[in-house]
Amino acid sequence: MLTSTVTPILTMTTYTATVTVRLKHGVLDPEAETTQRQLERLGFDLDDLRSADQFEIDVDADDADAATERADEMAERLLANPTIHDYTVAVAERDT
Amino acid sequence: MTVSVIQFGGSNCDRDAVRALGELGVDAELVWHEDGLLNDTSGVVLPGGFSYGDYLRAGAMAAHSPIVAAVREAAGSGTPVLGVCNGAQIGSESGLTPGAFTTNRSARFQCEHVHLRVENADTPWTAAYEEGEVIELPIAHGEGRFEVADERLEELDRENRVLFRYCDSEGTVTEDANPNGSKHNVAGVLGERDSVAVLMPHPERAALPDIGPTDGQGVLEGFTE
Repeated sequence: MLTSTVTPILTMTTYTATVTVRLKHGVLDPEAETTQRQLERLGFDLDDLRSADQFEIDVDADDADAATERADEMAERLLANPTIHDYTVAVAERDT
Repeated sequence: MTVSVIQFGGSNCDRDAVRALGELGVDAELVWHEDGLLNDTSGVVLPGGFSYGDYLRAGAMAAHSPIVAAVREAAGSGTPVLGVCNGAQIGSESGLTPGAFTTNRSARFQCEHVHLRVENADTPWTAAYEEGEVIELPIAHGEGRFEVADERLEELDRENRVLFRYCDSEGTVTEDANPNGSKHNVAGVLGERDSVAVLMPHPERAALPDIGPTDGQGVLEGFTE
């Protein structure tokens, strides 16, 4: 987690953007399949298991929409690979 | 005129590529990624390895490094670019080539020899072979499963951009001969131009007569034209 060394402008708020990156529906997930098999070996009964990567990003922004836009761009550019991933962004004021 | 073989932190097939190209009489030099491409670069190899520790996704970090922007520019003006293994992952992550290379169906790292059928022999990377010819190359990867939307793959097939498919020793493309679950057994594809190619198998590891088969030489001959 990065903390800004620059003093934020007073009107800015610090938000935490939670970016969740999942494989698109229908894309094979061998790690999830292996994990599911292991849970079943442990005696758990389950229908399906999907894995996802989650990133929590703290950003200073004028409002929640601006924070969402920034996180969206981060997902597009790097966090997700559009060929195989879908992603969601949820933004909330950062817990201090 | 020298081929730039780009070294990222974690590349490990860089020296093999220089040696293999030397065997074919192609002048090649290692280039540290922060130093940029050689001024007179006649081609680029994105070599295999584990750049940036495969953090996030294999190839994702290197794909956004400044030197890859320079590679994209060079590729756009016709400079030959070859991505092998991790270099293929960097190629797809950077958008130089279509699709994505992701976790093997087995969820394991696989190090073995595979057979490949030459799907398009009309490219600099395959001109040494006949269409339909079967060659044998080593693979060594954990994330080599080619993924792409079905309709995109149909397009790539129509545009003759699939270079190699995993096959059996007779050249038949079967599920059993597919080592990693790649869609339609795709092992290598072309970028927008046929001077840009990526593949998961290692041609540079099958290029020196002293240590074994040399089926990979034909791919590297893409730099001799």
